[in-house]
Amino acid sequence: MLSIKNLHARVEDKDILKGINLEVRAGEVHAIMGPNGSGKSTLSSVIAGKEDYEVTDGEILLEGEDIGELAPEERAHKGVFLSFQYPVEIPGVSVTNFMKTAINESRKAQGREEMPANEMLKLIREKSELLEIDRKFLSRSLNEGFSGGEKKRNEIFQMAMLEPKLAILDETDSGLDIDALRIVANGVNKLRSEDNAVIVITHYQRLLDYIVPDFVHVLYNGRIVKSGGKELAYELEEKGYDWIKAEN
Amino acid sequence: MELKEKLLSSFMAFEEKVDVTSELHDIRTNAIKKFEEKGFPTKKEEAWKYTSLNSVLKNDFSVFPKQENTLTQADVKKYFIHDIDTYKVVFIDGVFSSFLSSTTHDGLDVCLMSSALTKPKYKEVIDEYFNKIANTEDSLTSLNTAFAIEGAYINIPKSKVADKPVEIMYLSTGTEAALMVQPRNLIIVGENAHVQIIERHQSLNGNPVLTNSVTEIFVQERAMVDYYKIQNDILTANLIDNTYIAQKAHSNASVHTFSFGGNVTRNNLNFYHQGERVESTLKGITIIGEKQLVDHYTLVRHAQPNCESHQNYKGIFDGNATGVFNGKIYVEKEAQKTDAFQQNNNILLSDKATINAKPQLEIFADDVKCSHGCTIGQLDESAMFYMQSRGIPKKEAKALLMYAFSNEVIESIKIPELKNRITKLIATKLGVNMGFDL
Repeated sequence: MLSIKNLHARVEDKDILKGINLEVRAGEVHAIMGPNGSGKSTLSSVIAGKEDYEVTDGEILLEGEDIGELAPEERAHKGVFLSFQYPVEIPGVSVTNFMKTAINESRKAQGREEMPANEMLKLIREKSELLEIDRKFLSRSLNEGFSGGEKKRNEIFQMAMLEPKLAILDETDSGLDIDALRIVANGVNKLRSEDNAVIVITHYQRLLDYIVPDFVHVLYNGRIVKSGGKELAYELEEKGYDWIKAEN
Repeated sequence: MELKEKLLSSFMAFEEKVDVTSELHDIRTNAIKKFEEKGFPTKKEEAWKYTSLNSVLKNDFSVFPKQENTLTQADVKKYFIHDIDTYKVVFIDGVFSSFLSSTTHDGLDVCLMSSALTKPKYKEVIDEYFNKIANTEDSLTSLNTAFAIEGAYINIPKSKVADKPVEIMYLSTGTEAALMVQPRNLIIVGENAHVQIIERHQSLNGNPVLTNSVTEIFVQERAMVDYYKIQNDILTANLIDNTYIAQKAHSNASVHTFSFGGNVTRNNLNFYHQGERVESTLKGITIIGEKQLVDHYTLVRHAQPNCESHQNYKGIFDGNATGVFNGKIYVEKEAQKTDAFQQNNNILLSDKATINAKPQLEIFADDVKCSHGCTIGQLDESAMFYMQSRGIPKKEAKALLMYAFSNEVIESIKIPELKNRITKLIATKLGVNMGFDL
């Protein structure tokens, strides 16, 4: 699904990613953990195509195709989805119509017809129920005045609507209480299949009790310094990141 | 010959041609004297500080169209709101086109200014209203008054609700090298009457046009008028719009101005309150690029207690475009409990675009609520990335943000078909094919 080779990236003059290698196969869940400032969010932004970052070396392959030069929307059309750590408020655009536009623009790019209105409504109903989202919420301006939990639930709702091949959840657990965390994790688990893959970026092990990873990677100082199974997350939780820092 | 000289020397010929009463002759003579004294405004005047007419005035404008031009329905159909029935008052190069128009005298008057100015049965109305609120000290308004003969005349009698909107359309064929026209509209909305009006100026070919328009609108007690100006002309068209609105007690008047086209566009919009509990709404959306200029110069003169005014102007400027917003709220000593609100938000899309924003509040009453806010910003890059990451291409994402930014103004359009039309014009202007159902 995703193959990252020797990825180096910088923002302004600061090197942040210093040679990332990562293989994610269809059907897998990978967790990327690491202390603050290790490059976790940079990695997710670079995969999604944020223009502020300059890729200086390496490549990002999605199903064997190099997507490193593509615009963010082109990556989205190919099935990349990023759940934002800080979802952006867009006053004046409702959740529903934002999703309609997003879905239809993707379909347009893929040379398909727009989704019929009744089909769209059905999809919205189904996915909002999955995320336990109130219908009234869908007519509000996107993320405007949403609580932290509402924003994150809305991110996963969008993921459910867009059905990506590769979903990257960037600190989706931050700002969530335990109930919201359960709803979000449940949503993600229901969307998992043999044809898609999930990368969970998190600081804490907590979320991984709900979205159980096949692999855990520890990112530190722009490199993956340790990889293992889900037990690595427990080890990190127990020993703290100082353990990693001391080793590197 | 300079345009000013040409206009002055044409005045006598014009007067001989139009056959008018002595009262109008006096009004015209005084007006041409005022224009002669003041001339075209220059940047030295505070009110024209940011807008220069120099390059426009260099054109060798004809001041009377040399020939009568005809156009077919097919040529111009697309400029009308064709999915609803409307009264139409249509002019081609300043000359009335009965063929394209749909006027009425059945229960309300929607007809020609030239008839109203010359026929005896309108004399009383003309004496009472013509040139009564237009600013006789203003040089461009005076110039228009001097040459005023044609335009729309609309009189809605007491308690009449116009059964359909009125479209006033000024078409320029562009067959003459350059043409200056001086349309003059007079609109009287009687007590408790109601009307919706759409005004548009449209050139069909690329020869320069300068339109110096004056519209006087009298809104009587408890009357209601909604006026929509569509300014989506081609890049060789220039428009100076002088609109004066007098409102009696309990009346409600709104003017929406949609400025997407044209070379130089100046909107002088003046509201005068002549009774208590008046409500005035001034809204606008400007979306321009290249070297376009749109200048909004608004004045709301609160002269009576318990009146409200709401202003909301949105501007998006790309390329080398220039925007001006000069909004003046004047609250006289008697105008206690005034509620005046003014908002002006702007987005600059390019480093070379300019916006000059100048709110002016002059308040002489002590118990009033007046507020104003002005913002100038850039496109929100984080919102762009967010939308792109969901599959919305950059151009469409940008258009969606721009549309959402303008939506407060679009939402208040009361004619649904017009709202659709404006939405489509915005999509075209932003180069996208989107419905924007937000």
